[in-house]
Amino acid sequence: MQNRIDSKSLTLQHVIRLFISSMLLSVVWVTSVNASPVDTFEFKDEATQLRFQVLSKELRCPKCQNQNLADSNSKIAVDLRNNLYNLLQEGMSDQEVIDFMVYRYGDFVLYRPPLKEKTYILWFGPLIILFGFIIGVIFVLRKRSQVKVNEHDLSTQEQANLDDILNKP
Amino acid sequence: MKSIIRFIPLILFFLLAVLLYRGLFLNPQSMPSAMIGKPLPNFELPTLKSIEQRVGRDDLQGDIVLLNVWATWCIQCKYEHPYLLNIARDPRIKLYGLNFTDDHKAALNWLKQYQDPYVFSIFDEQGALGLDIGVFGAPETFVIDHTGIIRKRFAGPINDQVWQKEFLPLIETLEAEMAAGAS
Repeated sequence: MQNRIDSKSLTLQHVIRLFISSMLLSVVWVTSVNASPVDTFEFKDEATQLRFQVLSKELRCPKCQNQNLADSNSKIAVDLRNNLYNLLQEGMSDQEVIDFMVYRYGDFVLYRPPLKEKTYILWFGPLIILFGFIIGVIFVLRKRSQVKVNEHDLSTQEQANLDDILNKP
Repeated sequence: MKSIIRFIPLILFFLLAVLLYRGLFLNPQSMPSAMIGKPLPNFELPTLKSIEQRVGRDDLQGDIVLLNVWATWCIQCKYEHPYLLNIARDPRIKLYGLNFTDDHKAALNWLKQYQDPYVFSIFDEQGALGLDIGVFGAPETFVIDHTGIIRKRFAGPINDQVWQKEFLPLIETLEAEMAAGAS
């Protein structure tokens, strides 16, 4: 009898252990499925890997226009990631890589457009709109407070009437 | 003064409406290429038909060169292919192909099956030349003038309408430039 209980608890322990390990394993699987495009690049050092990650987020995929290179699985994004990898492995600096891409694909590949005449409206447009909005709000508020003061001005007759009503028992 | 202020929201609304209405008819794919006005970069790649042979920039002979980027994985290339056969007969231009990141066998089969409009096709398996001229998909067609400068990039399939509107005026301009240069 004693023996049987022991063996039973042992199997239960096994089951629990199996359950926990399978849960852990499934967590590992889920995370690897969630990761966006997986490339198997081997970098010469960690700094290069970090630069790759930053640049592939800063550079925009020319075909799929609202994704960066890191997010996109389109053919051109894969090609450009490969290329970015090669350029970095060859020892190009960040600026050289960006110049390389801009020469071929234009400013469009940059998520952070350069400040120049053509992009003034991009950089300053929102500020101007915000400014206009603030000025408008100040204008309206001032006007409204003026109107309010006027509303409270009662003629002597009206004031007398009001006092009369308020003082009624 | 007050009546003008009252109309400001309406004016703003109309400005925004006009802007957004125009946006409806813009084609986000028709981006200007950064390569326009720049020389065609040199390259050294095999042709599709003879993998041992190497061709370069100087092998693209002709006064007005059209370089058509195509691949067998590209569905719209199939659509424009019959029209390319048409264009190839135009004596004013020379049509070359750039087979872009494609499978060699499949590409050869394609040309056998649908006929070959190109003087020759460059076989760019790694997409190296494609990258150098800022290709972001297929089909794309580049126009290169007699001095080797890229003058136009058209992204998307060519049909009669596109040809009339996008290419013919440029070809006429280039012919005029050449006539002016020669005299």
